[in-house]
Amino acid sequence: MTVSATESTDVEVVDLETTSLRELNRRLHDLAGGAPGPRRFRVVNPSGAHAVACGLDAEIEVEIEGHVGYYCAGMNKLATVRVHGNASTGIAENMMSGLVVVDGNVSQSAGATGRGGLLVVRGNASSRCGISMKGIDIVVGGSVGHMSAFMAQRGCLVVCGDAGDSLGDSIYEARLYVRGSVAGLGADCVEKEMRDEHVEQVRGLLAAAGVDADPADFRRYGSARQLYNFTIDNVGAY
Amino acid sequence: MCGIVGLFAKSSEVEARLGEHLAAMLVQMSSRGPDSAGVAVYRDPVPSGSSKLTLFSPDPHEHWGSLMDELKDAFGDCEEPSIRASHAVLVVGAEPAAAEGWVRANRPDLRVMSAGEVIEIYKETGLPEDFAAAFALEDFQGTHALGHTRMATESRVTTEGSHPFSTGYDLCLVHNGSLSNHNRLRENLRREGIGFQTENDTEVAAGYLAWRLREGASLEQALEGCLTDLDGFYTFAVGTSDGFAVLRDPIACKPAVLAETDEWVAMSSEWRSIAVLPGAADARAWEPEPGVVYVWERKRAGVS
Repeated sequence: MTVSATESTDVEVVDLETTSLRELNRRLHDLAGGAPGPRRFRVVNPSGAHAVACGLDAEIEVEIEGHVGYYCAGMNKLATVRVHGNASTGIAENMMSGLVVVDGNVSQSAGATGRGGLLVVRGNASSRCGISMKGIDIVVGGSVGHMSAFMAQRGCLVVCGDAGDSLGDSIYEARLYVRGSVAGLGADCVEKEMRDEHVEQVRGLLAAAGVDADPADFRRYGSARQLYNFTIDNVGAY
Repeated sequence: MCGIVGLFAKSSEVEARLGEHLAAMLVQMSSRGPDSAGVAVYRDPVPSGSSKLTLFSPDPHEHWGSLMDELKDAFGDCEEPSIRASHAVLVVGAEPAAAEGWVRANRPDLRVMSAGEVIEIYKETGLPEDFAAAFALEDFQGTHALGHTRMATESRVTTEGSHPFSTGYDLCLVHNGSLSNHNRLRENLRREGIGFQTENDTEVAAGYLAWRLREGASLEQALEGCLTDLDGFYTFAVGTSDGFAVLRDPIACKPAVLAETDEWVAMSSEWRSIAVLPGAADARAWEPEPGVVYVWERKRAGVS
């Protein structure tokens, strides 16, 4: 095993050119439940590998230097994962808690089905950002692509740039805040009043994400709640 | 699933090592497509009036030399065949249409993989790594290339069903995704005189492009036509004698990443394939927008 070379007293450096991904993840998983071991890791040469730092369950910090592939930091619990690069499909999908920060852009389905924690994307997110989110908060410094927050159930999606077409299609109780333009709202998604409590919520999320923007510039979107229950008027459609 | 890669050289250094880079990119896509692999390489243009054919023979003991003699008899000129595994490239002293027509008429047992002045297509079943070794991809020099690793969904795993599909002279297509209206479209295109060699859905997309180009569309227009006339999921990479183009369907479920440096432009299904290129860490990388055509073309010699 080549997990070695500590560059300072408490940061363990893992080079994915010489260490297998499985070995890295096993090492990170071994820290679950507060098991003894290093609390800070620096992963170099990820080269677009999939499932880097997936399934973590410990209060540790993992910094990844470079671009990652699919499902990086998926199912994350408690841990902080920072990607100094771009991330492909499904970054922080099904996150339970903790913090995931991506400096670059992310591909589709960022934060998909996430149940808790905070996902910060400093660049742009592609299509289906926050699809079926269930309590995760997502702050995107740039724009999000089409079908974002599709069937989103709980949590907040804060978009500092623009949103693509069909935002919030079939949305439940997630809150969507967009500063820029919205190409189009999906079925049952409507603009809602931005009350003080919402401005404060956005302020808190921006602060947590370390993103500099005026919360008063955002507009709120959410469910019109017309798709929740069977409506007798729609019987002909079945 | 399937994996797609494309590499366009912007420097002579990358041209000199095109095959080596292509092989490295292709091997990275093995997990996306372990069934078969193929490449289209644009290299060594033949003089105008001549043509280059890439032929596949199912017979491992094919006598390519006697085919060369027959082509010499027919057209007066044919260079020594360049043989790679089950394929051979023949340079014939005739226009591509005449040379290809002759092979189809006289050697129906052979499969014409590509015809044109620049393109060479090689494809075979099996793992990308084995393919790259069998066809000595690392030897290739060239201006640009496309590659494909296939996980078959719509048709059988055969050499013929492997990608790239060539549909016109120096034109080829690789595809990640699946088309759902290919049967109807194939019948329509057959009525327009477009020939098909397989039941594969990607070949239909390739035939569609060939038809649109024949009818006078630019490559960009032909690709934009795909957005309305093709039903299904796709990321396409299309090669021409001068460059390559990329298109994703408007739903954009199928992945693609593009990257560019001063030395090269690369596209792939995943970053893993691009990460193996020199200078990748500092490349400008982005995800192509859904429904947008991206084109890179090199200027033809003599044209400013």
